[in-house]
Parts: sequence; C-alpha cells; structure tokens
Amino acid sequence: MTASCLSVAITGMNAVPDNPGAGLAVARCLREAHGQEIRIVGLGYDALDPGLHRREYCDSVHLLSYPGSGAQALLARLLEIHEAEPIDLLLPCLDSELPLLVGLVPDLAERGVRTYLPSAEQLAMRAKDRLAELAREAGVAMPETLAIAQADFFRAAEREEWRYPLVVKGVFHDARIARNRDEAEQAFRAIAAEWGLPVLVQRRIVGEECNLAGIGDGRGALLGEVMMKKRAVTGRGKAWAGISIHDEALSDIARRLVAALKWRGPIEIEMIRDSQGEYQLIEINPRFPAWIYLSQGVGRNLPDLLLALALDRPPPPLAPPAPGLLFIRYAEETLVPLAAFERLMIEGQLLGDTSSK
Amino acid sequence: MEPQQPSHHRQTVALPDPATLKRLALSDSGFVFDPVSGNSFTANGSGLSILRLLQGGNTLDQVVASLGAEFEVTPSLAERDVIEFISQLRSAFK
Amino acid sequence: MNARKPWIKPVLTAHKPGGMNKFGPARPQLHQAAFDGAALEPLLAQFGSPLFVVSEKRLRENARQLRRAFSTRWPKVRHGWSYKTHGMGAVCNALHQEGAWAEVVSELEYRKARALGVPGSRIIFNGPWKPDAILEQAMAEGAAIHLDHLDELYAAEAIARRLGRKVPVGLRLNFDTGYSEPWSRFGFNLETGAAMDAVRRIGASEWLQLNGLHSHIGTFVLDVRAYAQQARIMAGFMDAAEREIDCRIDYLDIGGGFASRNALQGIYLPPDQVVPGFDQYAEAITEALTEATRARSGQGKPLPVLVLETGRAVVDDAEVLLTRVVGGKHLPDGRRAAILDAGVNLLFTAYWYNHDVRPLRANAGMAEETVLFGPLCMNIDQLRASVMLPPLQVGEALCISPVGAYNNTQWLQFIHARPAVVMIMQDGRIETIRTAESLASLSGPECLPAELQTPFPEPSAR
Repeated sequence: MTASCLSVAITGMNAVPDNPGAGLAVARCLREAHGQEIRIVGLGYDALDPGLHRREYCDSVHLLSYPGSGAQALLARLLEIHEAEPIDLLLPCLDSELPLLVGLVPDLAERGVRTYLPSAEQLAMRAKDRLAELAREAGVAMPETLAIAQADFFRAAEREEWRYPLVVKGVFHDARIARNRDEAEQAFRAIAAEWGLPVLVQRRIVGEECNLAGIGDGRGALLGEVMMKKRAVTGRGKAWAGISIHDEALSDIARRLVAALKWRGPIEIEMIRDSQGEYQLIEINPRFPAWIYLSQGVGRNLPDLLLALALDRPPPPLAPPAPGLLFIRYAEETLVPLAAFERLMIEGQLLGDTSSK
Repeated sequence: MEPQQPSHHRQTVALPDPATLKRLALSDSGFVFDPVSGNSFTANGSGLSILRLLQGGNTLDQVVASLGAEFEVTPSLAERDVIEFISQLRSAFK
Repeated sequence: MNARKPWIKPVLTAHKPGGMNKFGPARPQLHQAAFDGAALEPLLAQFGSPLFVVSEKRLRENARQLRRAFSTRWPKVRHGWSYKTHGMGAVCNALHQEGAWAEVVSELEYRKARALGVPGSRIIFNGPWKPDAILEQAMAEGAAIHLDHLDELYAAEAIARRLGRKVPVGLRLNFDTGYSEPWSRFGFNLETGAAMDAVRRIGASEWLQLNGLHSHIGTFVLDVRAYAQQARIMAGFMDAAEREIDCRIDYLDIGGGFASRNALQGIYLPPDQVVPGFDQYAEAITEALTEATRARSGQGKPLPVLVLETGRAVVDDAEVLLTRVVGGKHLPDGRRAAILDAGVNLLFTAYWYNHDVRPLRANAGMAEETVLFGPLCMNIDQLRASVMLPPLQVGEALCISPVGAYNNTQWLQFIHARPAVVMIMQDGRIETIRTAESLASLSGPECLPAELQTPFPEPSAR
C-alpha cells in the first residue's frame, strides 16, 4: 500500500451478529479485489462496531456523528476526516444515513470526495412508506402496508381485516413479526422508540425469502445482479445461511423496479416467493446487503463494480450467473487491546500507522 | 472576593475509598479504566486532576488547595464542584 | 509561577453501550450569541431572565414565503393568522400588515381581533364553541363562520332569522385522508354522510347560504400527500354540494398543520431532513387542486379561493426563549442536570419537542448528556430529557429555539410571573411587546371579602 493509493471510506461497520451492517463485507470485497493497492477507511458510529477492529480490512477507522445530529454535523466530521487522510470514494452502507448523505453529495464532490448514490427523490420513492406506489407503477405485487402513528391501531386491527401474524416495521430498520395484539403493541413501541414514527404494518406473506443485489446505473439499467435465497434465518429473521440462485422472473422484476426508479448506486431488493410462486416485494434497500460477499464468490464483485462506476474506470468482468454457492454466517471474537479501545474512545479514530495491527 | 475558608464541614464529606481509587488506571488522555469492574470512563482535565489528587491520599482541603494552584477557581466553587464530583465517584467505583 | 488554567467543572463520563462515540451527538454550532442580528446577552441584562425574543423580520419573511409559495401556483390565496398559535397584538398586527386575516377560535380571540382593528369581514371564526352573542356579532359583521356541529347550525339559523337576512356560512368537515390520523371530533364527518346532511339542511334553510368548506387534518403533518388528498376530497365535496343544493362554494379552507423546523419527539431524523418547505406543501396541494377542479374550470365556474390557516410554520422560528442556569447537580443515575429559570410554565411545547438549546457563549468544556429542569416544584418540569451540553456554571445563559408557536398562548402563571416579551423590530430597535408580569398581575383581579382581609387578625381586632 502506498500513500497515494486509492482510498475508499466505508460506513456500516456494525457487523453485529444478530443484525449486521454491510460495511465489513463491502471492505472485504474490495480488499480481495485490490489487496494492499487500496486504502480502506472504516467509518463507524460506535467504538464497539465490530468491523472497525478488523484491521486486515480497515487501514484506519473514524467515528462519525449520528445522523440524528444533522447533515451539517456529519459534513463537518467527514471533511475533518478527509483533511486528515484524503478520501477518494465514500461508500455508505446504512439506510439511516443516506437521506443526509445524498444531500451532501455536491459538498463532498467539491472537496474531491466521490460518491455513487441515488438522488433524494429516488431515495424517497423506495422509502418504506412510499413503496406501494412504486410497486404499482412497476407492476410488482406487494403485501398491503399501512403507516401508523399510534399503537391504538392494533385495538381495531382485526375489525379492519388485519389478521395476525402481521409484520411491524420501522421506517429505516427493524421488522418484527407480531402474533397477537400484545406483541404488535410491544413491537410498535420498541420500533417507534428507536426509529421514530411512522411505524409500518404489513400483511405477512408466507413463502421463501429471495433477495437480489445489484447496481443501478442512473439511466434505468440494472448491472451485475446477484440473487440469493435465505436457507436459514436467525431469531430476528436475518440471514444465517443462504445460497446463490438464478431466476429470470426475479431478475425481470428487479429490472422493472430499477428502471422505474432510474436508480443510481447499490440496491438490494427483498422479495418473498409466495405459495403460488409469485414474487411479492417486501423492501428496497438503498445500499449493499450484509451478504454482499457472496457477490465476490460468484464472480460478480459488486463493490468493485461500484468503485469502477464511481471513478469512471473500466468495469471489472462479470461472471455468468452461478447458482449453488452457499454462504454460512458465523460469529467469532476479535481481540482488541485496551490501548486501541482507549484511542477510539478518546480520539474517535485509529490511524493506520499507529494501529495495533 | 469569596472567603478563603468556606466550610467547616469538610471532614464530614465521605471521600471514596482510597484503595478503590488506587486500583484505577488513569491515562493522560483522560481514559479511566477500572480493572475490577471492567468499566471504562472519560474524564476531563479537572476531573483527572481530582482523581490523581484523591489517589494520592489528599484530603478535601488539600484537593481544593491544589486545584486552586492549578486552575483559576475560587475555593468555594472548587469545593462545590469537588463535592459533586466525589458523589459521582462513589457511585462509579465501588 | 505558571499561569493557572481556566476552570471547567470536572466531568467523568461512563462508556456505555450504544453511546461509545465522542463525535456521535456532535453539533456544528454549539453556541448562539445573537438572534436576527441582536446580541442576546445585553437583552438579558436589560430585560431580565427569562426573556422571550421575537424577530419581526423573520415573522414577516415567513409570511411572505408562505404567500409566495401558494400564490405563484393558485390564483386566489388567503392566509388566516391563527391567533391561538401566537395571539400577541404586535405579532398579529405584523402579520395583518402582511395581508393575513385573523383566524380565531373563541369569543375572546374574536374580541381581541376586533380590538386590534381587524374588521369582522376579515375574520375566520372556527372552533367548537361560539356563544350566541359573539356568533351574532360575527354574523352581523360578515365574518367567515365555520359551523362545527348541528346545534351550531340551528343557532346560526336562528340568529340569521333575527338579523332578518340570509347569512353565508361555511361547514367544517372531517374525513380520512389515509395519510394522517383523522381528527373526527371537529366538524361534520364526510364518510358517514353527516356532512352532506348538513349541506342539505342549509340548502333547505331560508336564512343560511353555504359558501365555504373548511377542514383541518392535523398538526405537524410531515407528509405532503396528506394535504394533496385533503384538497382532492374537499374539491370533490364542493362539486357534490353544488350539485345537491343551490349554492356556490367561494373558498376551500384547508386549515393549518404545516410542520415547523422543530424536532418533534419520536422522529429519528433531524427537522432539516423531514420537514417539508412551503414550496413542497404548496406544490402538492395546488397540483391536486388543479387536477380536481379541471372539470369545474371547463364549465366556466370560478376557482375557489384557497385559504390557509398556517400558524406554527410561520411563527415558530421567529421567537427564542432566553434563560439562565440557576443550579446544577448530578442525578443518582449519573446524568448531569441543570436547573433553569424557565420551565414548562413558559415552554409548554417541551412536552412534544426536543428544542434546540445552546449556551450564549462559546464553552470549551466536554459536552455531556444533560437533563434540563425548570424552576417549578413539579416533577414534570423538564425542558429536555437529554441534550449534549458543556458543563454549565450558575448564571450561564441559554437560548432555546424555536419557541414561537403556542408557548405565548399556553404559558402558565404557575408559581412564577410570566416574563417580558420583546421584539427585534425590522430596523433593529428593541421594543417590549408584553411587559413582565408582577404580583399585581396575579393579585389584581382578586377580591378579599371583609373578614378575609388579613391573614393573622389580632384577637383584639375582632
């Protein structure tokens, strides 16, 4: 690695076992594509974000201000980091920071920080409370969803033909299955406390969870799609094991959605294949998924493709679809010396040259 | 001007157990680590000074006097802030 | 001897899960020394603490922006200034000078508007209780009356008969937009047919003439689609009413509820990310209205006047509250607390907003989670449950914003007299627009019966 090599800053280093952010997996994809020819700057929101301590993937790490502190605070912090070690490309991996970051794209570009992100309008069109309109426009089936502001809804839910179990979701993150009114109200309160209002209620579709990751080119095309079916999930419904698949029907739906959005940037489309074999749209995430390392495994390293698109470089070759590769997620402990934790707590950053690597 | 000798009750203020404070690892950065509880903390400059003075076995009088030499602070304000800080230390380090 | 270092109160912050990030709650600007060009510390020194400060310039600019956003998109627009949001004479008159009518919801507010010199013909009269005498005066003076329920409809009809002429009235409607929690307690419900019943009843009346429709879908409505749907529903009902009875709807009053740039508790993202601007509200509303009145325009019927009762979004950021720290402590759970001379008695909205709080002076200390308590001897008197602030000395002044909406109308005279309100005039002059209350304000209206004149009468005096 040299001082002048390409530097990519990646957020979402919260690779916690029960609900991982994608940042560490993205870093891993880029490290495998470029080895030490790339400098990876890990950006986190908590000194305990596990990815920040995987020094083989993060050459340096910095803590950011919370999205709730506002766009100006986040910009100031990003520019402070950029001053300390120039960032060529910023690759955000968390839903909650995207509304702020898309607004900061011009400011960042002016300072030489590139991004490859959707517009604010594109982002809003796939937000969980507007997804139904998009699905209608793209001709994609979707379970009925309602935005609610009060737990009172569940009192009359069954009268209104909302039958349990149903799914209670936050506008940014979190989805819980509620089997009865008590569970629904509890889920509502927990989600509202963490992610705010409104909270979404969605009919539960029984079927198989299939997800598709890719990159929108901003002109309506979907590039490098990789499809995965969950084979086992954790107690919170997160993938524990999955397998690469290929289904033209899923691919076709994804292309229609990306075309309707004219999406630019990474995207994950979450679908459920119901008992009739029909795909129902569950969510569109404006970022790479935590399972993105599978893309590198099937020969379609999507973070590397994004890097090429963002920097106007020739795109890496994409292998033909390769169904049948499994991923199995596991947990292990990273050992962190107190001195490294101290520096992260006191200074809010760990620079490569003084690292405990 | 504030009176130089504000309190006659200071011996009644319960200082944290010096043995408990002595086990703390204090870093110049303000990082404080308690090897017994495993908890860590961040102290600011004046907080760190007070912790060091208490680790050294100083009485409240002595802590207040030392702070007065190091910082621009009246004895009565220093005493007030130390009393409040000590109450935090008692609950943080047991 | 070395120079002594400045004293900053000692701080010890525990590293807790979920909060291990010194930059996490960072804010770009941690202090606020001035508001609308006026230095704040001298104002406190002159007028005492606490103190409300209103910017005339910002108030007028907000009203102009609102008007511009809508009048560039719809031919006829009217703004009714919501007295219940801020009813102080100086504020109302600044907005009336910007062309706003008065929107009042009670007898007291109606009288206040008239006393300020607003003619009845520029008053919009809403609310669930309009006593007969004031309803009669309002009808005689040509105010826009919005009937809330059937009893009021009959009362208005009886008054019109007494007045001996046919009086125009509007109906308040309520309905479900699908985007906001319906407010069904005010007005006539659309879905049950109660609203159309009222239309027919007015149509059958010799004394009442239906000329307007009003509805108010809620408060702090962040989703502009709710307003678009409201506009569609009201335009549809306008056509239906005109088909049903012989009437011409002159105006659609869509009420208020636009959000201000304030941080509502329970909303994750900061206000600059979630609060739509006037242009976004206007775009959604006028687009829906244009679409919904296309057939009407084709028939050569005039387009209705669009009436807005925007209060909060016009006044909220035009006022700040200054307060001083009177004491500090650490709570048993380790949180730092500051006690201020202003509490929920002055800042009623602290119950639902996380107001921005900044010291007037730059303060180098380490920001720490702080609870802000007011001076009331009540457990509920809390202005912020958690805000990152540097250590605060006694006497330190803080600026709380935005506070313009509802605080000066809902403040309490509980334990403490209410403080002064000053206005930074457009030319930078400072004017008192409401003097600080005193003991006389509290005791003045009281009367002591003869035998209760003294607290401890001498036995010999009996």
